[in-house]
Amino acid sequence: MLRFVVHRVLHVIPTLLVVTLIAFFIIQLPPGDFLSSQIARMEAAGDSVDPAAVEALRTRYGVDEPFWVQYWKWISNILLHGDFGLSFEYRRPVSDLIMERLPLTILLGVATLLFTWAIALPAGVYSAIRQHSGGDYVISALGFIALAVPNFLAALVLAYIGFKYFGQSVGGLFSPEYANAPWSLAKFGDLLEHLWIPVVIIGLAGTAGIIRTTRANMLDELHKPYVTTARAKGLPEGRIVRKYPLRIALNPFISTVGWNIPSIFDGEVIVATVLALGTTGPLLLSALQSQDMYLAGGIILIVAVLTVIGTLISDVLLAVVDPRVRFGGK
Amino acid sequence: MVTQSTDERLDEPDEVVELVDDTGKSRTAVTSAPQWKLIWWRFRKHRLAQIGLIALIVMYLAAAFAGFIAPFNTTSYSGEHAYHPPQGVRFSFAEGFYVHPTTSEVDIESLERIFEPDTSEFVNLGFFVRGDSYRLLGLFDSDVHLFGPEDPDERWYPLGGDRKGSDLWSKILYGSQISLSIGLVGVSISLILGLFLGGISGYFGGWVDTVIQRVVEIIMSIPTLPLWLGLAASVPPDWGPVPTYLMITVILSLVGWTNLARVVRGRLLQTRDEDYVIAARLDGVPTNRIIFRHMLPSFTSHIIASVSLAVPAMILAETSLSFLGLGLRAPAVSWGVLLQDAQSVNTVATAPWLMFPGLAVVIAVVAFNFVGDGLRDSADPYGKRST
Repeated sequence: MLRFVVHRVLHVIPTLLVVTLIAFFIIQLPPGDFLSSQIARMEAAGDSVDPAAVEALRTRYGVDEPFWVQYWKWISNILLHGDFGLSFEYRRPVSDLIMERLPLTILLGVATLLFTWAIALPAGVYSAIRQHSGGDYVISALGFIALAVPNFLAALVLAYIGFKYFGQSVGGLFSPEYANAPWSLAKFGDLLEHLWIPVVIIGLAGTAGIIRTTRANMLDELHKPYVTTARAKGLPEGRIVRKYPLRIALNPFISTVGWNIPSIFDGEVIVATVLALGTTGPLLLSALQSQDMYLAGGIILIVAVLTVIGTLISDVLLAVVDPRVRFGGK
Repeated sequence: MVTQSTDERLDEPDEVVELVDDTGKSRTAVTSAPQWKLIWWRFRKHRLAQIGLIALIVMYLAAAFAGFIAPFNTTSYSGEHAYHPPQGVRFSFAEGFYVHPTTSEVDIESLERIFEPDTSEFVNLGFFVRGDSYRLLGLFDSDVHLFGPEDPDERWYPLGGDRKGSDLWSKILYGSQISLSIGLVGVSISLILGLFLGGISGYFGGWVDTVIQRVVEIIMSIPTLPLWLGLAASVPPDWGPVPTYLMITVILSLVGWTNLARVVRGRLLQTRDEDYVIAARLDGVPTNRIIFRHMLPSFTSHIIASVSLAVPAMILAETSLSFLGLGLRAPAVSWGVLLQDAQSVNTVATAPWLMFPGLAVVIAVVAFNFVGDGLRDSADPYGKRST
C-alpha cells in the first residue's frame, strides 16, 4: 500500500511541473511584453506612471530575460513566498484576489461532488436492479438529456424560470442583505439557499455519467456466480445486493472523481459567469478579457493543481477500497 | 480482410445464428456480406441512431443552403424591431400566408419596447420570394428565398428578433455553418493528431508509449475550459473571422486529440495480438501492409464511432467559448456568438426567444450522440451485441 502511494505521489510531480509550465506559457502568450502594454494602457487612461516603479517591476518579473529565467522567477516566488505576482487590473496581489474567492469555488466543487454522488448512487443502483422497468427508462432518458444540455443553457433556463415564475433573482450566492455582512449562521443558511441551483446545474452531466457507469457495473456484478451462490444459500435479496455487488459498484464513485473534477471546474466557469457567482471562474474570465495575465495564470495554476491533487486522492482512495488496484494495475 | 473474417465466423455457427436473429437477414446473406454492410444492418436496427442521422442530414443540408432557406441576410436589420417577439404564420384564403406588421412604442418607465400587431395591415408571405442577395454554396449568386415576405422591405420574425432587430431564424441558419463545421474540422485535426500519436504510441511501445501516455494523462487531468480560455484569449481581437475560426479550431483540437489517441492505441494493442495478424506476419506480409490492409480496417469503424462522439464535444466547446466572449466574435455568426446576447438573466427575461440558438445546439449534440452510440454498438458486427 505504502509503495503504491509513494509511486503515485512521485507520478504527480512531473504532472505538476508541466501544469506550472502550461500556466506560465499562457501568461506569456499575449503578444509583446505585458509590462509595456500595461503601462501604455495606464498612460492612455491618464494615469501617471513612475519610471522608477516601472524599472522595479521590470527587474521583479525579469521582463527582458529569456523564458526560463522568467519562469523560474515566477515559480520560485510562488513556492517560496506564496507570491503569485500583481494583478494590474485590481492593483492588488494575485494571491489575495484568489484567496478571497477560492473557498467559495471549493465549496461549490465539493457540494457538486456530494450532490452528484447522492443522486447517482440510488438512481444507478435502482435502474440496474429494476432493469427495463419504467423507472429505469425514465432515469436513462433524463440522463441522456442531462448529458446533452450545455450547462450555460441549463443555467439560463433555470434563471429564466426563477425570474419569470417565482419572481426571484437566482443569480449570486447571497441575498443582497447578506452580501457584505460578516459570516453568521443566518448568512450560511442564505448561502445554502442559493447554492443548490449552481450545484444542480454543474452536477447534471457528471451525475448522468456516473449513473451510466454504476448501472453498467451493477449489471455486470449482478450476474456473477457469487451472487447466484448467495441467492442459492437463501440470503434475502436486499442483503445480497447490499453486501456484495453494491460495494464493487461503488468503485466508479471514487475512480470517476478523476475526470469529474476537471468537468466541475469547466462547468463552474460558465455557470458562475451566467449566475454572477463570486467564485474564481468569472474572475478568470475577466482577467483574460483584460489581459491581466498574472491573475489569469494564477487561477489556471491553482485550479489545475487542485484537480491534480483531487485525482491523486481519488486514486489512493480507490487503492484503499479495491485491492486489485494495489496489486494488479502495473 | 472481409472474406477472412467471415471465414473465421463460419467455424463458429453460434455467432452467425445470432446475427441472423439480430438483423433479420438470411444466413447466406450475412456470411457473404462485406463488413460495411453488416455494420449498416446493425445500425438500421438502432432506432434512435437513425433519427439522429436524419436530423443531422437535415441540419447539414440547412447549413449548406442557409442563404436559400433563411428569409434574410445576417447583415439586414431594423433597429425599431429590436427584441421583436416571434411571429407565428397565419393563413387565410383571402390573403394566403401572412403576419400582421407591428407598431412599437417605448415604455417610458421600463424603457422596454412594446409591440402591438396592427390587425388592419398584412405582410404577405410566400414561397420562392425575392429578397436579400446571397451566394449559394460559394458558387451561385441568387436572391430567391424559400419562404419569406413577398415585399423584401417588410420584416418577418419567425423566431423573434435580436438586439439589433435582425431575424434570429436567419441568423441561426447562418450560424449553423460555423457551429456545425467547426466540430468536423476540429475533430479532423484531432483525428490526425490522435492517429499519429496514438499510432506510434501503440506500435512502438516502450518509452515512446510511456511518454505519450503520460502527456495524454496530464492533458486529461487539467480542466479543459480554463485552458481553452487561456489559449483563446491570446487570439488578437483584430484578426478577421477566418483566421480566428481556424485558430479556435486548432486550440480546441490541441486539447481534444487525447481521447482519440487513446482509442487508437488501445485498438492497435488489441489487434496486434489477433490470430489473423500473427498469421499474416508469419506469412511474411510486410509491416506496412499488415497495418493498412489487416489491422486498420478492423478498427476503422470504432474510430468513426469515437469521432462521432467527439464532434458534439467540439460543438459544445465552441459554443461555450464564444458564449463567454473569448471564441468567435461578431460579425462572425455562430450559435455561441448568438447566445452572447442571452448572457444576462434580464435580457433573457424580456426576450426568452434569444435562447433558441441554444435549442439548436442541444438538437445537434443529441443527434450526434445518438448516431455515435448507434455506431459504437454496430461498429463490431462480428462481436456480440452489447446491451
